[in-house]
Amino acid sequence: MSFKIVVLAKQVPDTRNVGKDAMKADGTVNRAALPAIFNPEDLNALEFALQVKDKIEGAEVIILTMGPYRAAEIIREAMYRGADKGYLITDRKFAGSDTLATSYAISLAVKKLGSFNLLVAGRQAIDGDTAQVGPQTAEKLGIPQIAYAEKLIEVNKEEITIKRRIERGVETVSAKYPIAVTVHGSADSCRPRNAKKLMQFKHSRTLTELKNEERENAELYKSRPYLMIEEWSVADIKADVEALGLSGSPTKVKTIENVVFQAKESKSLGDSNQEVEDLMIELIDGHIIG
Amino acid sequence: MNNIFIYCELTEELRIADVSQELLTKGRTLANELGVKVEAIVIGHGLSGIEKEIFPYGADVVHIADDKNLSPFTSGAHAKVLIAILRQEEPQIALFGATANGRDVGPRIASALKCGLTADCTSLIIGDHEDKKAKKSYKNLLYQIRPAFGGNIIATIINPETKPQIATVREGVMKKEVYDKQYKGEIKNFSVEGLLDDIDLAVKIIERHIEPPKVNIKGSQIIVAGGYGVGSPENFKLLYDLASVLGGEVGASRAAVDSGFAPHERQIGQTGITVRPKLYIACGISGAVQHRAGMDESSQIISINIDEAAPINNIADFAITGRVEDVIPKMIKYYKKNSK
Ligand SMILES: Cc1cc2nc3c(=O)[nH]c(=O)nc-3n(C[C@H](O)[C@H](O)[C@H](O)COP(=O)(O)OP(=O)(O)OC[C@H]3O[C@@H](n4cnc5c(N)ncnc54)[C@H](O)[C@@H]3O)c2cc1C
Ligand SMILES: Nc1ncnc2c1ncn2[C@@H]1O[C@H](COP(=O)(O)O)[C@@H](O)[C@H]1O
Repeated sequence: MSFKIVVLAKQVPDTRNVGKDAMKADGTVNRAALPAIFNPEDLNALEFALQVKDKIEGAEVIILTMGPYRAAEIIREAMYRGADKGYLITDRKFAGSDTLATSYAISLAVKKLGSFNLLVAGRQAIDGDTAQVGPQTAEKLGIPQIAYAEKLIEVNKEEITIKRRIERGVETVSAKYPIAVTVHGSADSCRPRNAKKLMQFKHSRTLTELKNEERENAELYKSRPYLMIEEWSVADIKADVEALGLSGSPTKVKTIENVVFQAKESKSLGDSNQEVEDLMIELIDGHIIG
Repeated sequence: MNNIFIYCELTEELRIADVSQELLTKGRTLANELGVKVEAIVIGHGLSGIEKEIFPYGADVVHIADDKNLSPFTSGAHAKVLIAILRQEEPQIALFGATANGRDVGPRIASALKCGLTADCTSLIIGDHEDKKAKKSYKNLLYQIRPAFGGNIIATIINPETKPQIATVREGVMKKEVYDKQYKGEIKNFSVEGLLDDIDLAVKIIERHIEPPKVNIKGSQIIVAGGYGVGSPENFKLLYDLASVLGGEVGASRAAVDSGFAPHERQIGQTGITVRPKLYIACGISGAVQHRAGMDESSQIISINIDEAAPINNIADFAITGRVEDVIPKMIKYYKKNSK
């Protein structure tokens, strides 16, 4: 009996390391200066999945990511660390999707993969900070969820027991499959790349990448089909285009205001009530706090 | 129909959580502006008398779902009840705490009702919207305002076409205020008989206890760091208070760690962790180069030091000359007074 673990992972701009060079003089974000990274909590999610795989013979870890063609980078990264294979959901028609539309597309892709035991997502992605896609996907698949997993306690082919973070403490819960789990950043960090896996998968590519690198006909991919990372379009997952992108997204961004960081010019203040209050108001108005 | 619904969360002691009372207060203000009612939903077990903690905040109706299968919280069972009530009542706005539970059930509900959800709002305002492309105008939408992109932008989100407009808000962001001590609303008991299927109760709780979370200084956008000048572990508590009010974490210099004011995992600097938060508040820290190595790329730095010539002031955006013990309580006070 096979045991299938699907991991949802996203490639995100590294919004944590917004150093001074990442802000332009006018106070706007210089997106180009932010590297694209494996969403941090999705690495915790991957580790969680790999720990399950370590304990269950024959278990398979599949990475699913939705994003532009270069997001294949994180699928490779996941394979270097122990994932078995990955699929990239990519199509221009996905652009502008909010979490509802994203979870709709992801849920269709998960269905296309066939029956599975575990669906593992990160708690949240650092570009949106919403923590919605995991639970929304679970709901669309009609399966229950365990949010904020912190530790794998026990797992076998029938059920899984997890310690999870709650508001002011922790809770140990168990459930049968299929179940969705969202993994918290306080869970174990991901194991490093494995040298053997790195050798095995370093040439894995999507078709788009092969075209871009002009090596479409490379013999390698005929003899080693596992090196191909499949790309799925809107048509492949049989999605209703109206339920995707801007038209499928109930949330709209009305306005965006940049947080303005002033140039370094030290202001000296005393500790009077007035001075402290003025400072707090300045910080609140500048959206630095609050 | 068209009312404002607040999901009221329960604490371990079966009291209404602060965040929910804050949302009731906010809901009341919005409802007055829109001319609609505020309705609360409480889900749990052993809830008799719970309305006493809800009505004074201005709720007109409280829906109570009381059943042994609903306590402790599981997202499956609570989502099922919430979806049923919201489908039936068709509110225009539904508010949840941005707590572990609120962020666990909220998305399931938005997914089931196919409506928009904006997480972690810092401000909620009623306003209109003109869609120039579609030549449509909308009156009285909920502007859901929140930081995005790691706190580098502030976005106003709207859900023009779908209802309810759902938002989550963190504890401490909104003000909690008794609306009227005598305010009386109506209690509606919601029966869950025949509602919960096995799948809604699939997650079994084996054990739960209070345990403080591991510190996550690196991931924090606001850091309140203390040095030797803080003076004592007791004074360090002020830093925790400020960090908690601002939604940040506490860091420390090595001298503070060596003196036992703070645990080692909070040390910032060359031999500690390197941080680049949006705001770094250095309290009683002189600014030795080893400390600066771990924090000088912070976007904004505030220093609080009795010594106007402390080296940290050279890299501070704001240098407050004063004692930590005096300045921090004022910062807390004036933050609370002026935050929306
Ligand atoms: C190899 C090496 C590695 C090191 N690594 C680190 C490191 O990783 N991190 C680190 O922090 N340090 C590190 N240090 C230590 C560093 O050199 C400094 O000793 C240390 O940072 C000083 O800490 P401090 O600023 O808290 O204390 P102090 O230098 O003693 O400064 C205390 C400050 O508090 C002010 N003050 C006093 N009372 C009050 C009050 N009531 N209110 C407000 N202000 C007050 C004083 O004016 C003073 O400026 C390292 C040192 C070495 C040699
Ligand atoms: N485009 C995506 N592709 C794959 N997984 C995603 C995507 N967006 C979100 N997720 C998953 O959902 C989690 C929560 O994302 P978010 O709701 O955006 O905070 C992430 O940690 C991922 O596991």
